[in-house]
Amino acid sequence: MPLLRVEKMSLDFGGLRAVNSYDLEIEPGQVRGLIGPNGAGKTTVFNLITGVYRPTEGNIIFDGKKITGLQPHRIASFGLGRTFQNLRLWRHMTVLEHVKLAQYSKISYGLIGAFFGTSGRRREEAAIEDKAYSLLELMGIDHLADQVALNLPYGAQRRVEMARALATEPKILFLDEPTAGMNPEELAQMMAIIRRIHAEFGLAILLIEHRLKMVMELCEIVQTLVFGEVIAEGTPDEIQNDPKVIEAYLGTEALH
Amino acid sequence: MAFFFQNLVNALQWGSFYALIALGYSMVYGVLMLFNFAHGDIFMVGAYIGFGVASGLVALTSTGAVALPNWSILMLTIIVSMFLTAFVGMIVERIGYRPLRDAPRASAAITGLMIGIILETGNLALLGARRVRFPSLIESTTYNIGGVFVTNKKIMIVVVSLLLMFALNQFVRRTKWGMAMRAMAFDYVVVPLMGVSTNTIAALTFALGSALAAAAGILFGLAYPVLDPYMGIVFGWKAFVAAILGGRGSILGATLAGFLLGFIEIFVAMIFPSTLRDLIAYSIILLILTFKPHGFFGEPYSARLRL
Repeated sequence: MPLLRVEKMSLDFGGLRAVNSYDLEIEPGQVRGLIGPNGAGKTTVFNLITGVYRPTEGNIIFDGKKITGLQPHRIASFGLGRTFQNLRLWRHMTVLEHVKLAQYSKISYGLIGAFFGTSGRRREEAAIEDKAYSLLELMGIDHLADQVALNLPYGAQRRVEMARALATEPKILFLDEPTAGMNPEELAQMMAIIRRIHAEFGLAILLIEHRLKMVMELCEIVQTLVFGEVIAEGTPDEIQNDPKVIEAYLGTEALH
Repeated sequence: MAFFFQNLVNALQWGSFYALIALGYSMVYGVLMLFNFAHGDIFMVGAYIGFGVASGLVALTSTGAVALPNWSILMLTIIVSMFLTAFVGMIVERIGYRPLRDAPRASAAITGLMIGIILETGNLALLGARRVRFPSLIESTTYNIGGVFVTNKKIMIVVVSLLLMFALNQFVRRTKWGMAMRAMAFDYVVVPLMGVSTNTIAALTFALGSALAAAAGILFGLAYPVLDPYMGIVFGWKAFVAAILGGRGSILGATLAGFLLGFIEIFVAMIFPSTLRDLIAYSIILLILTFKPHGFFGEPYSARLRL
């Protein structure tokens, strides 16, 4: 049974069909890619599946549960994590706080625990901080734990976002252009990180990327989205040689 | 010198009211990017709920059904009224603001003003156009400390206010809800991805702000026992000024600016004729804002997406 199945999902924005009859199946642990030119609707697909938008038509089934139209926090709590193309950190909160808040649903101590520092609170806090530090270590940013997000270099901010998403213990992770704005060195590091988290947690990953090289190296299956419609789906090799993809996505110069 | 300290004590009490109310404005703005313009009227509702609860408890005690000392009636009144008013605040959020999350900001501002009018006139319809007297729950005792007269009520008002502000600070720092509130202030879009319901946090923010306004209302009723349905308007606007002066969304800022406003008003009245008090006090604040347009702890950005 696939971990995530999307059936004939469509979205109308006013009179415009932004996404048309989109289908997707991801097996547990599979790495998939979603490519397409700017404005093709890739991020919209993420927003639909994660509940930011409600699809006009279609069904989304995650882990055997129908999640179509549920509120984003419920969908997230089923094990669907996500990062954003534009960094979305909480500017004045520390790196550690980011990864702690991601474990919100595991914090069970209430007012009394918080105000009087009960042993229950101390135990929970210790467990949550341990977990947070282990994720920060994995990302190589544990030395920045007490820094405010605002002060971090760009590459480190990306890693915080990744650590935060992992702290929610997702079964599937949606990465929206995780290397946007990175130089080649940072890009190589990010690819290594994605490989590492995939190996370590056995996560399924759905990757939106502009850099074809990255998609081709990481993904088992790649979909190409153009004007809200999937025009091709297959292995990286098949996609690279598909004339429709070359025409629509790579442009004519790729043919030369 | 004693004259100066006398005014200082008065200013502390006066500033407590402003600070408690300003906190509600600032928190709601910080989390939801909207100013709840009905907040002054929530203060009024809180005072009236306090009046109702206190009168009820006093009546109950006088029938002999229960024997409650006056101090415990007061504490009970504060706690029960804070809960009830928090509930009112949550209803206001649910009915007035939640449907407008994605609407233009002006819609939310107008809604706030309308809710305010509804609360004022609703009160009028319910209790009639007469002022009510807040029961004097504790005997006033005056202490003379080196020529400065301090009443037990004043001490209690300032102490309870400071305790509540400390509790709020702890709540925001130490609980998961507080952490989620702070996160929403910086970027609310990602907050649901952490499994946090932003609706719950929004309702909680309104509840906390309203509870503090209720406490301010009751403490105000103790010091100035005559309540009327429009008592929240001017007071609310002034507390709003304090919230702006402190820096939108800043808890520390709202607290300090609330007290500062109390000090400025009292000390202006100490020097100038009291009819000129607001004119001069708010000219001073205008001047401060000219040089610090974002307030003491505000951030110079306005591009956040929320209402």
